[in-house]
Amino acid sequence: MAAMWRFALFLSVLLMVSRGSSLAVEANSRSSDHGHPATPSSDTSHGDGHGSVHNSSGSHDSSGGHDSSHGDSGHDGHGGGPITTLPIVSWKWHHVTTPYLVAVWILVCWLCKLIIEANHHVTSVIPESALLICFGFILGGIIWGADKVQTFKLTPTVFFFYLLPQIILDAGYFMPNKLFFSNMGAILVYAVIGTCWNAASVGLSLWGCAKGGAMGDLDIGLLQYLLFGSLIAAVDPVAVIAVFEEVHVNEVLFIMVFGESLLNDGVTVVLFNVFDAFVSLGGPQIDAVEIIKGIISFFVVAFGGSLLGLVFGILLSLLTRCTKNIQIIEPGFIFVLGYLSYLTAEMLSLSAILAIVFCGMSCQKYINANMDEKSVTTVRYAMKVFANGSETIIFVFLGISAIDKAIWVWNTGFILLTLLFIFVYRIIGVFFLTWILNKFRLVPLEFIDQVIMSYGGLRGAVAYGLAVMLDDHKIKEKNLMVCTTLIVVYFTVILQGVTMKPLVTWLKVKRAAKTELTLIEKVQSKFFDHMLVAIEDISGQIGHNYMRDKWNNFEEKWMTGILMKPSARKNRDYVFKVFHKLNLKDAMSYVAEGERRGSLEFVRNETAFIDFKKKFGEDISEVMPDITYDTSDDYGGTSVMRRDPVPSVSLEMHEQTMNGMRETEDINTHHLLQQHLYRGRKQHRHRYSRSHFDVNKDENEVQEIFQRTMRNRLESFKSAKMGVAPPKTISKHPKKDQQQKMPNGKSMDKSKSYLSGDEDFEFSEGDTASGYDSAGGSFPMRVTYRAGAGIENPAFMLDQDPMAPMQIPPWLAEAELDSSTVAPSQRAQVRLPWTPSNLRRLAPLRTSTHSTDSFMLADTPATHQRGDNDQLPPPPPPPSHKDGDHM
Amino acid sequence: MGALQSLPGQHEYIDLAEKTGFSCEQIGVLHKRFKQLSHNEETLRRDHFNEIPDLACNPIRSQIIGAFFDRRNFRLNEEGTVEEISFEEFLVVMSHFRPPSLHMTEEQRESVRREKLRFLFNMHDTNNDGTITLEEYRHVVEELLSRSGALGKDTAKSIADAAMLEVASISVGHMEPDEFYEGITFEHFLKLLNGFEIESRMNIRFSNMDTTTLCK
Repeated sequence: MAAMWRFALFLSVLLMVSRGSSLAVEANSRSSDHGHPATPSSDTSHGDGHGSVHNSSGSHDSSGGHDSSHGDSGHDGHGGGPITTLPIVSWKWHHVTTPYLVAVWILVCWLCKLIIEANHHVTSVIPESALLICFGFILGGIIWGADKVQTFKLTPTVFFFYLLPQIILDAGYFMPNKLFFSNMGAILVYAVIGTCWNAASVGLSLWGCAKGGAMGDLDIGLLQYLLFGSLIAAVDPVAVIAVFEEVHVNEVLFIMVFGESLLNDGVTVVLFNVFDAFVSLGGPQIDAVEIIKGIISFFVVAFGGSLLGLVFGILLSLLTRCTKNIQIIEPGFIFVLGYLSYLTAEMLSLSAILAIVFCGMSCQKYINANMDEKSVTTVRYAMKVFANGSETIIFVFLGISAIDKAIWVWNTGFILLTLLFIFVYRIIGVFFLTWILNKFRLVPLEFIDQVIMSYGGLRGAVAYGLAVMLDDHKIKEKNLMVCTTLIVVYFTVILQGVTMKPLVTWLKVKRAAKTELTLIEKVQSKFFDHMLVAIEDISGQIGHNYMRDKWNNFEEKWMTGILMKPSARKNRDYVFKVFHKLNLKDAMSYVAEGERRGSLEFVRNETAFIDFKKKFGEDISEVMPDITYDTSDDYGGTSVMRRDPVPSVSLEMHEQTMNGMRETEDINTHHLLQQHLYRGRKQHRHRYSRSHFDVNKDENEVQEIFQRTMRNRLESFKSAKMGVAPPKTISKHPKKDQQQKMPNGKSMDKSKSYLSGDEDFEFSEGDTASGYDSAGGSFPMRVTYRAGAGIENPAFMLDQDPMAPMQIPPWLAEAELDSSTVAPSQRAQVRLPWTPSNLRRLAPLRTSTHSTDSFMLADTPATHQRGDNDQLPPPPPPPSHKDGDHM
Repeated sequence: MGALQSLPGQHEYIDLAEKTGFSCEQIGVLHKRFKQLSHNEETLRRDHFNEIPDLACNPIRSQIIGAFFDRRNFRLNEEGTVEEISFEEFLVVMSHFRPPSLHMTEEQRESVRREKLRFLFNMHDTNNDGTITLEEYRHVVEELLSRSGALGKDTAKSIADAAMLEVASISVGHMEPDEFYEGITFEHFLKLLNGFEIESRMNIRFSNMDTTTLCK
């Protein structure tokens, strides 16, 4: 820990030194050149230091070597005088200043997060956002100590153009759409009416207090108070996500606060612009026409922004339909088009936040279905990297910005009254609006929820960015407003953030339900939706369900047809997804179970298991592109798939992936695998290609595994025969006999029976050579050698298509005939025999039957058998008679 | 209110309101709808339901319609099915979907929950033997998935099987290999859907205003 601290400090000191050296040459007005090259303000400051030569280089988006020749000549000029000798190395700080500082600051901010996250006992009490701000204070203090002036602060341009978009895009992309739209009405009421109420009441009350003389002599008019009210009114999405994702309140409450914070941006921007314009116009110029214009502009800005976002979302969906050949940059389109929607909206002076939110929301479904599953994973993670990263930077810089003498104008009355008013009016607004809403809501919001909603009115960087954007020619007290805004932000983020968790616990707010849905719950809720629609149809009510059904039908008919790839349209039923997850879960529990038995045999089968998953993925990836991406992975993938099925808006991905696996078991397995097994050579081939990213798939690998296992088995067999090692005393698996009666069962079942130990292993040595290709055909041959029950080499599992309906080896078919007297009754067939380790669910995932044909050809009785039983449910296991037959 | 006073049968409405918990206005609206569906007859039959165009594409239409003709849902402790229902029975079935009142004690909430789940259970348990057998469940799942096209019957069946296995593992725990899971009993059903907030979800907004003209 201490080392980390020192490291961070060292970095910042390093930063200071570099700043110091640059101080010598650069002019002092460098307020914003901490590395955001494209900001207009940085252009001027840049130019200052570098002289006229560099003015042009500062104005284009200089990124590293972009203007290298330019910089070189400029720097040489700095060196002064003609060069007498060829310099081998030269110090070119000015050449890289801007991008270097950007990179170093990003690094420093992220290191702060690293340090914070290392202390779990601290983050469990104080939210991360508050800690990041405190870190910002420290860093700001260091800078100030070194420079005696705050050289780095969050400028509006940087914030609105480079830091905010990805956070909002992330929020939109991971938005739980159904939840959002079913609460849309309430969210809109809070976002629009609530924000207007907050702005107006705070502005007017402050004005009233100023008239009453509560804050001394301030040069602020009514309109300016209203302007200030409008910028401080909006709840901030960044702060809200940061605090609420840690407290895990129930989803309705979350979507209320979160949705409000996203949507009220439209309102804030309009209010801000309108009042800003009014301030410029001056009081007497404002008449009814202007006010009506303001109201109209609200609708234009909000709906225009949303519409623009939708258009971009649709474009994006269409685009991903045809990016199959450029898979490697496919994920990039989402970011580029999302960002473009933001910029376009900004250009048209529409609400940029709304645009990017709706862009993300409208495209999520289609791009997830259209893109390759790897790209989807990439998008998810990249989105989190950007969003989480820039969130961190925002909070750190919010802290840094505070340490600046220039902005601190203290006016106790103004600051305290602002804090009081925003707190009180938020509560009043929320309770009043909820009271009205509850008259219309089917499920009313409870009192406790309202308390949390009012308390969750966190202000953040958006308000700060707007405050800094104020024009200090028009508004004399700009600094007071900025500093009040900062205090409000600190107060809400730190104090309310810290107390939020205890409050939620103390009030016993309903927390988020456990996220893992069982299959039956999924089926049930689907059933349920249809039922509610039907009842609304019958009773002739036009309610939510009716509307949703109509929308779904429309979407099914038109939207998916146009926006989704034909191949992706198939099988994207969400029941199917759960089903699929269950299958994987089963497979995992199978592994776990085998491990508990401690059988090495089992571990050998582990290869089959891994391979099985791989094949499994390939097999159905055609039809379920959006689901299988997690199966093609190994363990990492399976833990990902255990994440909550509700797309989470949480910025913390790692939290969710953590809870998946039983780690110790995992480690054990891997250990055993490493000791006893062939080490997979699935490595990245070092053949560089920019457009392909293939994992080396070695053809010989499978065969090698097979041969190795063969050798092992032979050795153990020989040693057993010679009595060197006592036969293992693994009890026969009681269920091994099931395989013969489970034509639908998949091969995992069969490998289960392989657990039955080494002692009755008999194998022709000739088989070792039979190898991979002939494995299928070798089954009949093995019968002749077979003495024990159900022993086969697990290596054979590798070459079978695990999804194939299990082929019935002839001896089993025989047994089947013998046991015809104990064939299950009709009644028994409609019941499921329950065996815990029975992974029969896996069977039906077989979506293509042709993958089995090699076995069908090799094993005609099996094919026949399969055909017979295809329509039947998996029958119960017959009494164990096989041993009698064969032993 | 004034318009409703002039409607005939105000006293009956009050009786029905006490019995089902609907307000008089809601009953008035539903009565209109009833008349509309039944073409001004006193009773509704199955084919009346089948004529509702919006219902035509609902995959579980037969279950829904069945529920309206199921005596178990009439709150009379009777069994069996009927061929036609009167307005009162229509209303009683509808009342299963009434939103719960705002302030409920924990016990009331539990009983509302049981009642709603019972309704759901009855829709699955077609032969009324107290358990949802695999066959019954398969049937429902098949119907449910029948509209999504790409999922064939086999898949539907196997999803049903998987769900059943899951049910067995949740409600019974470990079973011997030769044991059978008979089917979901109501108690198990309650347990299974424990996390399913049915009391706040199985609700329809019955408006006081007449929107029936908008519906076909």
